[in-house]
Amino acid sequence: MSELTKLGVAAIRSGVAAGDFSAVEVAEAFNSNVANAKALNAFIVETPEKAIEAAQAVDADRAAGKPLGKMAGVPIGMKDLFCTQGVQTTAASHILEGFVPTYESTVSANLWNAGAGMLGKLNMDQFAMGSSNETSYFGNVISPWRRNDGSNAALAPGGSSGGSSSAIAARLCPAATGTDTGGSIRQPAAFVGISGIKPTYGRCSRWGVVAFASSLDQAGPMARDVRDCAIMLEAMAGFDPKDSTSLDLPVPNWEAGLNSDLKGKRIGIPREYRLDGIDEDIASMWDNGIAWLKDAGAQIVDISLPHTKYALPAYYIIAPAEASSNLARYDGVRFGLRDLPEGAGLQDMYAATRAAGFGEEVRRRIMIGTYVLSAGFYDAYYTQAQKVRALIARDFHNAWVSCDLILAPTAPSAAFGLGEKNADPLSMYLNDVFAVPASLAGLPAMSVPGGLSKEGLPLGLQIIGKALDEQAVLNAGLAIEQRSEFTAEAGEWW
Amino acid sequence: MSVDKDTVNKIARLSRIAISDAEADKMVGELNGILAWVEQLGEVDVTGVEPMTAVIPNKLRLRDDVVTDGDVRDKVLANAPAKEGSFFGVPKVIE
Repeated sequence: MSELTKLGVAAIRSGVAAGDFSAVEVAEAFNSNVANAKALNAFIVETPEKAIEAAQAVDADRAAGKPLGKMAGVPIGMKDLFCTQGVQTTAASHILEGFVPTYESTVSANLWNAGAGMLGKLNMDQFAMGSSNETSYFGNVISPWRRNDGSNAALAPGGSSGGSSSAIAARLCPAATGTDTGGSIRQPAAFVGISGIKPTYGRCSRWGVVAFASSLDQAGPMARDVRDCAIMLEAMAGFDPKDSTSLDLPVPNWEAGLNSDLKGKRIGIPREYRLDGIDEDIASMWDNGIAWLKDAGAQIVDISLPHTKYALPAYYIIAPAEASSNLARYDGVRFGLRDLPEGAGLQDMYAATRAAGFGEEVRRRIMIGTYVLSAGFYDAYYTQAQKVRALIARDFHNAWVSCDLILAPTAPSAAFGLGEKNADPLSMYLNDVFAVPASLAGLPAMSVPGGLSKEGLPLGLQIIGKALDEQAVLNAGLAIEQRSEFTAEAGEWW
Repeated sequence: MSVDKDTVNKIARLSRIAISDAEADKMVGELNGILAWVEQLGEVDVTGVEPMTAVIPNKLRLRDDVVTDGDVRDKVLANAPAKEGSFFGVPKVIE
């Protein structure tokens, strides 16, 4: 492994700017790691030439004395949910296999404009529906981590941004984009011992991002540490007139604002998150997190989020409902797969195309969404869920009277093995129990490494903040990072 | 509320997803499992609560009523699985 691939975003950017190494050398080093890690199946498409091209442009700019961008010389992985002009974009679904966008998503364009380069398109759960990366049409992503019991069982990298998490943990890229609808940045980050932040809903444009559940979908960065996340989020965020829910606000300078002194900050510990039968390792990591934040000067307060237990069921009505509507566009006419059985008419073509193109979990969610939106059931399911969602948002609003941030685990367990939770869709859904409430309320939330389980697997601590207060979330993340002494890495076997 | 096989077939039709008989059987159990679980939302007292429409207060913007794009026919058609000339091709819909 080249020394360059041990560097994060900040170190690469400053090394390139100082001339310690060239952007092309960095891109070559990561291209080589990507090429040698096929066993992880983290990428659907590799684009080494794009990484080199972007690096050459940065090196040329530097030689010419031009100002360099926030991500200058940093090669990244791009989740396959972001449309990339001229490069296949599939959302890991057969129905979009071969789809080559003629336009670039706003977030990816922002990153290229900031001097980043693309190593490839990252595998993920199909249409971002999944928590283990087992719903991809292009095969499971494998976590680089293994349990310390010598079993060598293949573990889930989390989902839906599982290609992103696996690739960063295995040092195939220093950072990657993720998207989070109900935990899809935070849970995979927790499973592989990296950091990731979902910003406030509306910070990052959804334009050009394949839609899953539009009122929840939000892009964010995943990287090795908090500073790298701050840098990359700055490059990704910003007002976009092409997204009607984009926030028309300036992008704060989060990196410059990083400060791990938490004096005066009150950290809420939600008692409803301490579930009966909570995993021992998770409970003790949470206690450590509380001690670290206290040590950083924060005051710890007990809070109540009374509607917590209803967040997951509300999510599994709202998200499928929005998905059934969003995914109606895959019709075999305008783009993607077409399955036209002999002699079939238009309606049969739609049905055949969608049966052949969507994976099992996607079909299941479309059908649930169709059912809860259908005549006679809309009020009982969808309207009720949106009312409960309002109460969940109100819980947070009430909590902010007595605290500034909330600390909780990211996921209820360490990474599980591939295949262990496939039999029952509900047991997979329960993995997002701690992540979904902040998604429903549109709040910024971050996962940072909090320690290792008894099996030697990473565990994540989650920090939830007030709307638009990513700075406080990042600062608390930094305070934890400085105290957790998390240096564990997956041993290279791939 | 629970669904039977006829309902599953109806949902599949509304979703424009072809399903086999065996798939419909399997789906009855899966959908009922999920629906029974989300039913707990009925316990929540929502008296006087408005359904949420926007998580972050945001005003919908209006832009000037002018043409901002167009002339991209070839791009629009570039990914069509069966284009005919400058049109999307579909099976015959009128007898």
